[in-house]
Amino acid sequence: MAAEGAATGVEVLPAELAPAENMAAIDILSLTPAGLYCAAGDFFIDPPRPVSRALVTHAHSDHARPGHAKVLATRETLALMAIRYGPGFAGSAQAAGLGEKLMLGPVEVGFHPAGHVLGSAQIRLALKGRTLVVSGDYKREPDPTCAGFKPIRCDVFITEATFGLPIFRHSRTSAEIEKLLASLKIFPERAHLVGAYALGKAQRVMALLRAAGYDRPIYLHGAMERLTEFYASEGVGFGEIRKVSGADRAKLRGEIVICPPGALQDPWSRGFPDPLAAFASGWMRVRARAKQRGVELPLVISDHADWNGLLATIRETGCEKLLVTHGEADALTHWARGQGLLAEPLHIRAHGEEDEPMHAAAEGD
Amino acid sequence: MNGFAAFLDRLAFELSRANKLRLMTEFLRATPDPERGYALAALTGALSFKFAKPGLIRALIAARVDPVLFGLSYDFVGDLAETVALLWPAPDDADRPASGNGAPLLLSEVVAALATAGKQDLPRKLSDWLDALDETGRWALLKLITGSLRIGVSARLAKTAVADLGGMSADQIEEVWHGLAPPYLDLFAWMEGREAKPASSDPAPFCPAMLAHAIEAKDFDALAPSEFLAEWKWDGVRVQAVVGRAANGRKVARLFSRNGEDLSAAFPDLMDHLAQVPCREFALDGELLILRQGCVEAFSVLQQRLNRKSVSAKLLADYPAHIRAYDLLRHDGLDLRPLPFVQRRARLAGFIEAGVGPRLDLSPLVAFRSWLDLADARRDPRRFGAGADAEAIEGLMLKRADSLYIPGRPKGLWYKWKRDPFTVDAVLMYAQRGHGKRSSLYSDYTFGVWREDDLVPVGKAYFGFTDAELAELDRYVRANTINRFGPVREVAHEPAQGLVLEVAFEGLNRSSRHKSGVAMRFPRIARIRWDKPPCEADRIETLEALLKA
Repeated sequence: MAAEGAATGVEVLPAELAPAENMAAIDILSLTPAGLYCAAGDFFIDPPRPVSRALVTHAHSDHARPGHAKVLATRETLALMAIRYGPGFAGSAQAAGLGEKLMLGPVEVGFHPAGHVLGSAQIRLALKGRTLVVSGDYKREPDPTCAGFKPIRCDVFITEATFGLPIFRHSRTSAEIEKLLASLKIFPERAHLVGAYALGKAQRVMALLRAAGYDRPIYLHGAMERLTEFYASEGVGFGEIRKVSGADRAKLRGEIVICPPGALQDPWSRGFPDPLAAFASGWMRVRARAKQRGVELPLVISDHADWNGLLATIRETGCEKLLVTHGEADALTHWARGQGLLAEPLHIRAHGEEDEPMHAAAEGD
Repeated sequence: MNGFAAFLDRLAFELSRANKLRLMTEFLRATPDPERGYALAALTGALSFKFAKPGLIRALIAARVDPVLFGLSYDFVGDLAETVALLWPAPDDADRPASGNGAPLLLSEVVAALATAGKQDLPRKLSDWLDALDETGRWALLKLITGSLRIGVSARLAKTAVADLGGMSADQIEEVWHGLAPPYLDLFAWMEGREAKPASSDPAPFCPAMLAHAIEAKDFDALAPSEFLAEWKWDGVRVQAVVGRAANGRKVARLFSRNGEDLSAAFPDLMDHLAQVPCREFALDGELLILRQGCVEAFSVLQQRLNRKSVSAKLLADYPAHIRAYDLLRHDGLDLRPLPFVQRRARLAGFIEAGVGPRLDLSPLVAFRSWLDLADARRDPRRFGAGADAEAIEGLMLKRADSLYIPGRPKGLWYKWKRDPFTVDAVLMYAQRGHGKRSSLYSDYTFGVWREDDLVPVGKAYFGFTDAELAELDRYVRANTINRFGPVREVAHEPAQGLVLEVAFEGLNRSSRHKSGVAMRFPRIARIRWDKPPCEADRIETLEALLKA
């Protein structure tokens, strides 16, 4: 570990930031109990606990936590954090423009679009001629609600692998929307409750419905109102949206209602006429997952890269070393080693409750 | 095949029994012969192919997908057919010609080809189909081959759907079922009123079994002791022995499991004796046991005779099989099932007394006046008439004296009252992801007890907890993993750090296969002892004492 660190110019860490057991110092960054840490620039990326300076890839709660002294993130991410955590979510906040370069100590830092949700970014770090990219969460499929992913060449690529198994293919989102519309025709007497994560997925599903020509009002659960208003203020068109709270639920036969996944099994869902539970998530590719959640209409719509998306991205970065933050790391590192890359799983637990599919906190998948 | 696949797919996601029935009945009504018959065969598990087996599917995917990636994927999905359907490197659906080459693939063609194709042709044929089908089609095809559909539809429910076509009951279907074969043209013709009831040509047909509910403490208040008869619940295998006469006059004897599986081949000794019983025709329910010197042996002894394809003379001599009868369903041309249990029981006693040979006897009644009497008997069968057989008793059966023999698990008629399970406090050592509906959750737990200063694994349990507890256990495993071995995680298990599980089990056998020397029967998690430090868990001596008892 020490030899590798010396060769790549990593500074010696203070004891409390020493790398966790079996996790190597990783180039410009180290993995510490408090998250990914850059000693040279003295900042963390997506730390799970409050720190002096955090760089945040996107506003999902497993990446963006409140209480940091300083936060650097895209303008949209900062705005979304303020909506979720209140205006005092950090001591101070600095907006990073996509594609801009700025210096934190000797480290050059840049934010680049990740295509995951509105404001999501990859973070590129450069130090002494070495470059490293932290992907955050990302997808390769076009999304009308956010800027598309741009691959960035780097020496070390730190990727997510939420769907890092070859069984995951998500590239037929339009067919999934068609499936939802077809179900409305088959069951015009049933309210279609579509479970979708409040930030990103809900807005994407609504935008995709409009793109598919669906022109009825879409009903929205209260937990998503403010986030959706923010998307709309950023220029994403949703057509007519109505709040469930103001509607007579018994009359919502054959209508689409977007709600958080947890609400599907809530008493909340019972007021609707013969509700049909749909769920928009990459996990819906696996039957047992849908059945575990009592989902009747699984919609494979994901905001994460699927297997082919992960492989294509890794190739496009041209990296020599791959580190996997969270998700199905074993399969992806196995593949990468077969390609001649250095590859290691990091097992960052705070990220991506993807590893804990039943737990409510999972976001954005 | 596409219609069948879409139907299966919808059925798999349907949760309510009523809607499943509706979907099946509608499908069977709308689908022509013989397609619907093969679909019914798939639903009832009646299809089996000689060469098309899971091994073939594994071989096909191994040639196309890196074995490590396949292993990780299978571990995640928890179902072979689904894993391969998702992994199969087929052209995108969009790129595939809409109708393929010519007519779409029919389920009947698939079944016929699977049944007739030789070992050589099969891989090629199967891979061509998989290339041509879409994902749902691949899943359905592979499900057919792997055998168990596991879509939450029992054979009984499928038969109920067929019965609904003709306004009949599932029991009426069961009556003739054993004489039928796919694609069941005669059955559908009967349901649609085009033909008469198919004649049963089977001289020794299985009678669908009547099953008991586990009794709960609250049930007793509502039940009158005087209306019930009690029997010992034997720790053997519930079987049905059927004897009849074939058209050529030869006697036919068969032994069925309670699910109608034919066990005859494994018990030639018993079959000989059954055929010699001086009675033209009968069907009885009883417990399959091993008796030596007139004494019932423990279940672990009986296990030596189970699941064997061939039986040696030595095995037959060392482990003589026996049936302890407790119900008579047919006797000399009479169907006794519409009679009350107390009358069936009297006829059974008469039948046995008339002389049925040494391998068949009557399971005795346990006398009682109150539920308290019966509780005493359950606690100590030895003192209440079971004598030396007490160790082979796992509780009591309560049957309403007036209960007719109704297939399935009717409410309020029969109860089983098992003896209290043994329990042990063990420490969680390893966890593995589950299969089926619990795939991807860490739901299979290996636990151990202390031997000197080390933990030695004594068993594995994968049920007994609620969904909420499963979520907590899953979270615990992920947070306390100290090692990963493929799908298995080693969980911290030190005297001061770890999780104690109270494990309930039905019995303990000696085992040379387990390091601990013991094997538990039917272990399950009774309680999660979040409060108890691992150093206070039980020691192996506690279990060894049970073995000696």
